Order: sequence, then C-alpha cells, then structure tokens
Amino acid sequence: MYRYDEFDERFVRERVGQFRDQVARRLDGSLTEDEFKPLRLKNGVYLQLHAYMLRIAIPYGTLSARQLRQLALIGERYDRGYGHFTTRQNLQFNWPQLRDVPAILDLLADVEMHCIQTSGNCIRNVTADHFAGVAQDEIEDPRAVCELIRQWSTAHPEFSYLPRKFKIAATGAQHDRAVIKAHDIGIRILKHPQSGEIGYEISVGGGLGRTPMIGKVVRDFLPKTDLLAYLEAVMRVYNLEGRRDNKYKARVKILVHEIGTDEFRRRVEAEFAKLDGPSVNADPEELARIESYFTPPAYQSLPEDSQALAVAKAANPDFARWVDTNLTPHRVPGYSAVTISLKPVGLAPGDATSEQMRLVADLAERYSFDELRVTHAQNLVLPHVRKDDLFAIWQALVPVGLATANLGLITDIIACPGLDYCALATARSIPIAQAIAQRFADVERQASIGELNIKISGCINACGHHHVGHIGVLGLEKRGIESYQITLGGEATENASIGEILGPGLPAEEVPNAIEAIVGVYERHRHDGERFIETVKRVGLVPFKTAFKELADAVA
Amino acid sequence: MLLLDRNGAATDGWTRTEGAAIGNLSRALVGFDALPEALAQLAPDQQIGVLISNALAVSELEPFLPRLSLIAIGFPAFADGRGFSQAKAIRRAGFTGSLRASGPLIPDQFDYALACGFDEIELPDTSADRQTVLQWQQARGRLSQTYQRGYRRDGNILDRRRLARTASGSTAP
Repeated sequence: MYRYDEFDERFVRERVGQFRDQVARRLDGSLTEDEFKPLRLKNGVYLQLHAYMLRIAIPYGTLSARQLRQLALIGERYDRGYGHFTTRQNLQFNWPQLRDVPAILDLLADVEMHCIQTSGNCIRNVTADHFAGVAQDEIEDPRAVCELIRQWSTAHPEFSYLPRKFKIAATGAQHDRAVIKAHDIGIRILKHPQSGEIGYEISVGGGLGRTPMIGKVVRDFLPKTDLLAYLEAVMRVYNLEGRRDNKYKARVKILVHEIGTDEFRRRVEAEFAKLDGPSVNADPEELARIESYFTPPAYQSLPEDSQALAVAKAANPDFARWVDTNLTPHRVPGYSAVTISLKPVGLAPGDATSEQMRLVADLAERYSFDELRVTHAQNLVLPHVRKDDLFAIWQALVPVGLATANLGLITDIIACPGLDYCALATARSIPIAQAIAQRFADVERQASIGELNIKISGCINACGHHHVGHIGVLGLEKRGIESYQITLGGEATENASIGEILGPGLPAEEVPNAIEAIVGVYERHRHDGERFIETVKRVGLVPFKTAFKELADAVA
Repeated sequence: MLLLDRNGAATDGWTRTEGAAIGNLSRALVGFDALPEALAQLAPDQQIGVLISNALAVSELEPFLPRLSLIAIGFPAFADGRGFSQAKAIRRAGFTGSLRASGPLIPDQFDYALACGFDEIELPDTSADRQTVLQWQQARGRLSQTYQRGYRRDGNILDRRRLARTASGSTAP
C-alpha cells in the first residue's frame, strides 16, 4: 500500500488547516454562502436533506486495517455508529455536525486519509479495479498510476474550477471491473501490440447521469511517461471549451458528443503537441517510487487446492455456498480474494457498522496482509486470503451478519442513498433494494438465477449506475408520487452498454413484481449455462417488453 | 476596486478607455474589439493593455502579444475557471508583460492564479469589502507545496523528490 512521505503528510495537514480557516471566514462573513459552497464541497461536505454529509476519499478503493478502524471510530464518535460505502469506492457519513468536520479531518490525516476533492467541479477521487494486483487477467497493477493521478490532480492550480465534476478510473486487466467506459476519463493499461511496451489506452467522455454515454477511445496507446502531459492537454481543452451555460450539459461527454470524437481528439493532440512534456510529466523514477509501494506481499508457496477447505465445505453447506459464491480466483496458487457482502437481505446496501468495520479490519490484519478493498458495487474485499483460512474467516463473519453469500447475484444490488438521505433524490432507493432482496431471499432461487446485476438510482443523476445495470431501476417523481422506470440490458464491463427502457414507470410496490416477471422470461428462454445478460442480448427486448406490458397494464 | 499583487495592495496605473480613444494616456486599457485601432494610434511613450473575455481563444490574441504591456482577463464569476487556462496559454505563447485577473475571485484562488501566470488580481468592491488584503496575503502559501510541475510556483513536490533522490544517489523510496 502507498504510504505518505513527508511531503504528502505536510500537504494533508496544511489542507486541514486551510479548511478550518475557510470555515472561520464563512462564519465571520468574509465568504458568502455561494463562495463557501465549492470550498466545502471540495472537502467532501454536502448539505443533505436532514444533515450535513461527509464523503471520505478511499483512493482507488484500497484501505489498511488501521484506516478502517479509524473510520469505525469516527462513525462512533461523530455519527450514528455506521457509514455508507459508495459506488465510487468512498465512504459517506450521513449525520456529522459541521463544527466537528475539522476534527474528523484531523483524525483522517492521522491515518493518511482525507476528504479532498470527493465533491465539487474538480477532478474527483480516482477509482480502480478492486481486484488490482490480485486478478489473474491483469497486465499491471493500476493503483500506482492512480496514486500518481491522485497527487497530480490534488489542488491543481488550473483545473480546480472546471465546468463540472470530472471522474477518472483505471484498470490494468482485460476484464473491466472499474466501469472505465462510464467515466470522464477511462484508463486501460495495455501492452503495445508490436513492441510489447506497457502503456495506456485513454477513453474520454463516458458518464451516466441524465445523458448516459459510453466513453470513446481518443488514444490507442499512450507511453507511460507522457501521462500527465496528456491529461493536462485533455483537461485544458475541457476547461476552456466545456459548456458553462447549462450545468446539465457541462460534462466533458457533452463536449465530445457535440464536436465529435475526431475533432475532440484533434484538439487534444494539438494541445499535447504544444505542451512541453518533460516540464510537466513525472520522472519515471517517481512512478517507480510509487510502484514500489504496490509490490506483491510475501505470499507463501502453497498448493492450489486446500485440503482444509475441502473438508470444511463438505461438512458445512452454508460455508460451501459462501465459498462457491463470494470468492474470486487469485493469481497466486493457494490464495483467494474474498468479497464480504454488504448486502444482507433487508438492510441498506453498502452500509457497515463500526463494529463490523472493526471486525473486518481485524480479519484483514490477520489473514490478508493488512489490506482491504472497497468495490464500486459497495462491498468489501479481503484481497489475499489463504484458502486454508477461509473457514476461520467465515466463522468470524457469520455472527456480525457479514457472511451473506450473494456476490454478483440478484440480491447484490447497487443502490444510491436516495430520498432517505439525499437532497437531490426524487424517490427512495434503499427500500426498493430491500423489497427486491426480500422477494428473492431464497438462496437456492438466487443461485439458480445466477449472475444478475440490479442497480438502483433515486434520481436522474444516476449515482446508483442504473443505466449500466443488467436491470436498472430509476426512481422518479410524478405528480407527487414515486414512479420507477425499469431498464434492461445495460452492462458495466468492457462491453459497456446503456440499458433500454422497458415501458411506463411503476409504483414502488410493483417493482419486485416487475423484476420477477423479467426473471421469469429469462428462465423460460435461457439456454443451458447461459447468464442473464447473455440471454437478453440473444433474444432481445421483445419478450421482456411483452411480459412487462402485461404487468404495467394490470397496474394501470 | 482593489488591486492586489503578490506583495499586497497595489496601485493601478492603468486607465480604461471607451473604444479606441487612448488620447495621450500613458497606460491605456482597451477592450479586445478596439485593440487594432488603439494600437494604430499608439505613441512611442505610451503603453497599451487589453481586457479580454474568458471566452476568447488565445490564438486570436497571439498576433498582438509583443505590443501589449498588460492583459486583463475577465472572470465573470469566481467559479468560472477558464481564465486560469487562458493565462497558462498566454504565458506559453511568450507574453512577458503583466497578466491581471479581473473579477470576483476569492483568496483561496490566489495561489492558483499566480501559478497559472497571473501577476495581479483586480477585485470589485463587493468582494474587497468582505475580503481584506490581509486575508489575501494569509491565503498565499497556505498550501506551502503542491504536486504539479510546469507551473509558476517554487519547489513543487515532484521536483523536491527528484532533488532528494539525486542527493541520496538512490532511486529507492
């Protein structure tokens, strides 16, 4: 894991001091509320429906046990004993007092954490594949380049007052688990087809929200050393030419769409050619310095299969189900990546109590080289676990309600906070997720349905990624009543695509029935071993629309 | 109106003109549209500056740069950051005169503005009445070191790390 050096440490401490001063200037009237707002947002402080909300950055989703324990402490001392993990691998506290925020920032700085640029019209916290450094299909760990970008984008003198927010994600693997095509910039580490040199493929202009777009590749291959200069060129074109007349058209995706990918590429390349790259780029030694923090831990030499695991599975069907569902293959024999589901049936997706955080921190320290990950699907991961230790881990998870076996299944639902918390929301999300999970609570049924991603947003801003859900649910408000629009066929992978609307909006209580109807069509049409999304792509929307129409007509 | 530079409050020696009527002003500040005409009248002992909109492409300004002593970039709102990129592009094009940010900026942007190539900030009274010169001075250097290379700031963190590497003769962290 990356560790702060003296410069990083000083920077974060000074940043806390700066925020304290900003709060003081707001209180004495030097800053107006309009002037203060972007300053507090750039420190992760939102004003929500019922209270302030504080969003803490978890850069590229990597945490240590000590950091998670500190989050548990903050949750207990300054919130209501729990936190909410988000679709951008961050953690939100929903009930802090504004006066406590500087003290919370101090506690975060003590463990090399911060809230910098988790909101506002600036470059946001950089996200990455949550199986970075673990996945078998990985060319290179993307976290080093994410850390380089984190530093470069922090308090950037030129790009801190952009037309709109700007999100960057990176993956080093073939299979995209970071949804890079739904980001303003998506970075894919790849090998040059001829030379074998490792570099970056750069996509620009992806994004969800009210105008969902899939990112376009603007550079097939960017040498590693040129990264910061190239990013500077992209950002300068956007900062100067992105629309500022309408906040709903201000993201870079609209600029790319309006002038076309080729013209956008031409402008970026023209700017890149004018830049003095060597005066901007990080030295290769600097990237190497960061990379050295992400070298693999000291794995033991183990056989691929664990005898202890086989014995425990045979004796315990619940454990066997969890093992068969929540593990991801690890590149090192005898190890596995374990996903700890934060989606127990009936609770809010992504929430964890301080008690749960402490337990997971203990497990990470004891069994996973002191490392954890937060996934954009709002789960936690112990990335490097010996298969021999899986049973002990499961036994520890069961009593605190963290042993739900549903990774990738129909109850592993992504949901934004929705109208229960969020000032932007037009409908509730969490209760919808809970109702769907209740409906499909039967574990046999879940297993038989197989991989199916449901994603729920409580407004058009799409924090719940509904556009790229196999089934997407979007909560709207129509004449004072919540109405839920269902989309089908979205995908968040390297085959990213936007789901299509099935029909008219439904009342909240009908959503589980609609999901049931959709699943029914899949079960009738699927070939042996075919995943939900594969059936949808093969048979098309028509049979689903027909079933949906029957349901919608009955409701209307 | 309050003019600030890196040393605090400054005196504004420039006079804004209507159109291209620069008369015998020693330092005349004109709008971009009037610039060609004003330059045509320029006497040897006169200096000319231009006030530009933050929507102007720097390429349109470039032919005039060698004859300009001041460029003032209008910030219609502090949250509209186009002026930072314009300043950077104007400096890259070789402009060595004074660069002024003109509009309701906030002290927390002072370092950013200087790093992008500005020399001074011209604040409207509605901002200056609330934000004292002292606050602007205190905001300078509050983040003593930042990460970006290639901006007008001393000692960015990446260069300092490079120095430390060179001094220790090692590439290890």
